[in-house]
Amino acid sequence: MNNENEKVSGSEALIRALIQEGVDTIFGYPGGAIMPVYDALYDHLDEINHILVRHEQGASHAAEGFARASGRTGVCLVTGGPGATNTLTGIADAMLDSTPIVVIAGQIATEYIGTDAFQEVDFTCVTQPICKWSYQISTPEEITWAVARAFFIARSGRPGPVVLSIAKNAQVGMTEYVPRKVNYIRSYDDEPETDMRMVEEAAAAINAAKKPFVLAGQGIELGNAQDEFRAFVEKGGLPFGCTLHGLSVLPSSHPLNMGMLGMHGNYCNNVKTNECDVLIAVGMRFDDRVTGNLATYAKQAKVIHLDIDPSEIGKNVPVDIPVLGNCRKTLAMLTERIAPADRSSWVDSFEAYRKEEFDRVINKELHPESGPLNMGEVIDAVSEATGRKAILVTDVGQNQMMAARYFKFTERRSILTSGGMGTMGYCIPAAMGACIARPDRTVCAFTGDGGLQMTVQELGTIMEHRLPVKIVLLNNSYLGNVRQWQQLFFNRRYSFTHLENPDFQTLASAYGIASRRVIERAELKDAVKEMLETDGPFLLEACVAEEGNVLPMTPPGQSIDNMLMEC
Amino acid sequence: MEETTLYTIIVHSENFSGILNQIAAVFTRLQVNIESLNVSASSMKNVHKFTISCKTTAKNIDKILKQINKKMDVINASCYTDDEIFQSEIAMFKISTDEFKNSEDTSRLLRGYNTHIVEVTPDFIVVELAGSSEAINSLYEELTRIGCAVKQFVRSGKVAVTASTLEKVSDLLSKRAERYKDRLQ
Ligand SMILES: Cc1ncc(C[n+]2csc(CCOP(=O)(O)OP(=O)(O)O)c2C)c(N)n1
Ligand SMILES: [Mg+2]
Repeated sequence: MNNENEKVSGSEALIRALIQEGVDTIFGYPGGAIMPVYDALYDHLDEINHILVRHEQGASHAAEGFARASGRTGVCLVTGGPGATNTLTGIADAMLDSTPIVVIAGQIATEYIGTDAFQEVDFTCVTQPICKWSYQISTPEEITWAVARAFFIARSGRPGPVVLSIAKNAQVGMTEYVPRKVNYIRSYDDEPETDMRMVEEAAAAINAAKKPFVLAGQGIELGNAQDEFRAFVEKGGLPFGCTLHGLSVLPSSHPLNMGMLGMHGNYCNNVKTNECDVLIAVGMRFDDRVTGNLATYAKQAKVIHLDIDPSEIGKNVPVDIPVLGNCRKTLAMLTERIAPADRSSWVDSFEAYRKEEFDRVINKELHPESGPLNMGEVIDAVSEATGRKAILVTDVGQNQMMAARYFKFTERRSILTSGGMGTMGYCIPAAMGACIARPDRTVCAFTGDGGLQMTVQELGTIMEHRLPVKIVLLNNSYLGNVRQWQQLFFNRRYSFTHLENPDFQTLASAYGIASRRVIERAELKDAVKEMLETDGPFLLEACVAEEGNVLPMTPPGQSIDNMLMEC
Repeated sequence: MEETTLYTIIVHSENFSGILNQIAAVFTRLQVNIESLNVSASSMKNVHKFTISCKTTAKNIDKILKQINKKMDVINASCYTDDEIFQSEIAMFKISTDEFKNSEDTSRLLRGYNTHIVEVTPDFIVVELAGSSEAINSLYEELTRIGCAVKQFVRSGKVAVTASTLEKVSDLLSKRAERYKDRLQ
């Protein structure tokens, strides 16, 4: 087949180039401008598993979920015009959350571009501000180069989304298939040089620190630096808090793991951020949900920032010692240079704040004596029943923050959530991607009654492929997160946050998905057991307190350690 | 209002289509106006050079540079204040030949500014002035003041060279290639 001058269509070259990049799964949806590629795909179904989603936004989030759960690059394939624009939310989401995906969209033939032809959208131009690289392929000869470059860019450096628009003439034109490999782009410094003086300075600062505190971000998972991170914190006796995306870098039960940072994070972390003498940020970006008011954030601390992206250094928080580079390497360099230390009295000083949070918030959330179910106890029951081994996928809102707070982890790469964009509707399609990427793991998808309905059509995809997603719908009949803000900051004026919902049990059964509704506390354990023991997908609808609140909470604009414990 | 400074940003990029758009978008996002923009081939093959001047705060200029540098096909972006570069601009003035002949003030002014004549026709002459942006502004203003009707006026936008001797981008590229040489094999 590989005789030298053999010509193949651009579409065939595209599929072969994808296979060469190791692609075995594509989430997609066909249409006019991509039909030649779908036709070529039809000859490669033994090599590529194509999942037909029900909406292109679903394809983009499924690709994200696939990428986050597997550490590989997610791929989606869509037609031009509306098919392409439907993926925008996923592209922007992947950009803010550094998720490697490649979106391949059809485009009308180059000779018609610029004529407002049917389904013409300048997708390259539209996507450039929200992705790492966007390129229009206009000839079949460019295909293998563009694909190789796209995958290199998506996965290297700080990962992110890449968009390829492929003109119809490039899909049907004939070309020789010449495999290409790209692992260097001269304009792109994907592993910036580490300044060894900064490493020495950082190590000295850590050695001199009495009260060091570490912030663990997703960069650790993206850099596969979980082992290096563990060695670092254990050698230095360094307590750490995790960003939302960093929650599974080490087991939740690790003695140095103090839980989550930020607005709905664990109280001790926010207090200690403003008390520590050295703050060591690893692969995180000081998002405003983590820092609260910057004017009062960690002002007393010397700040060390390990990151691969130079544009993050000093962006929000002034940095005293920047350590650029891949944190897998820079963490190892630091570990080598820091002295083994026992900082147990500093670590123990977190306990008082943990206890305060437990007494005032956690205990009430997990062990209520009466009243309707709380989100926290449902999440805790599921997490416990999975032996803390499951992948957590969340939607956005109270369900997300509660899941982040109460779901616990033992395995790495176990939290999939839309952090930067806060995209409602992310959960169900991302969970599909995770199920396909990791058939060996249980995937628990916590969503709200609002968010579920944003990408609800993907239940069709789940049905078709019998994807064993364990969907937990935390039904509070409200856009709960917004309602909570209305309660706290808008005088309980519940403007358009109550939801008139469908019967979710009937909905599940329409899709042939096993389901159960749980209202009574006494039934919860049994319902969770039934969900986990059922083969294939399951929808567990937990009817939770309508006006439950996520606590503790740093009100917007406040100093991060100024947390409400009740409201 | 934070204090603003006039900065000159020099960007080197690959010669792909759409880069100007991406660079301009960085300014749009931060709501900073571009005062002048010049795009041309650089001394290196396939490398394009943008010279952009804008007035903004120190904080914004840092964001602008980092975001431009982050664009995939941008090789390097750096910025300079006026004392770190030599800069120049070209302007062309089209003036009626009669006016030039008959008005002593006009011809004296043009000579005084060291303009140079590009074209003479029976109807009009074209003179060119290369120099600082201020010199160009001032010639235009003086011509207007003495009542000389300038039929057409164009200016190129600023170009600049840095005070340091080497064009830094060539160095940067060879250093980078050296750092990644394992991959290049
Ligand atoms: C696409 C989108 N639209 C709107 C919002 C704003 N928003 C954030 S949380 C939220 C409420 C979510 O309600 P629900 O899905 O029921 O989850 P709950 O907070 O009740 O758990 C809304 C509307 C958003 N984040 N994303
Ligand atoms: Mg809700």
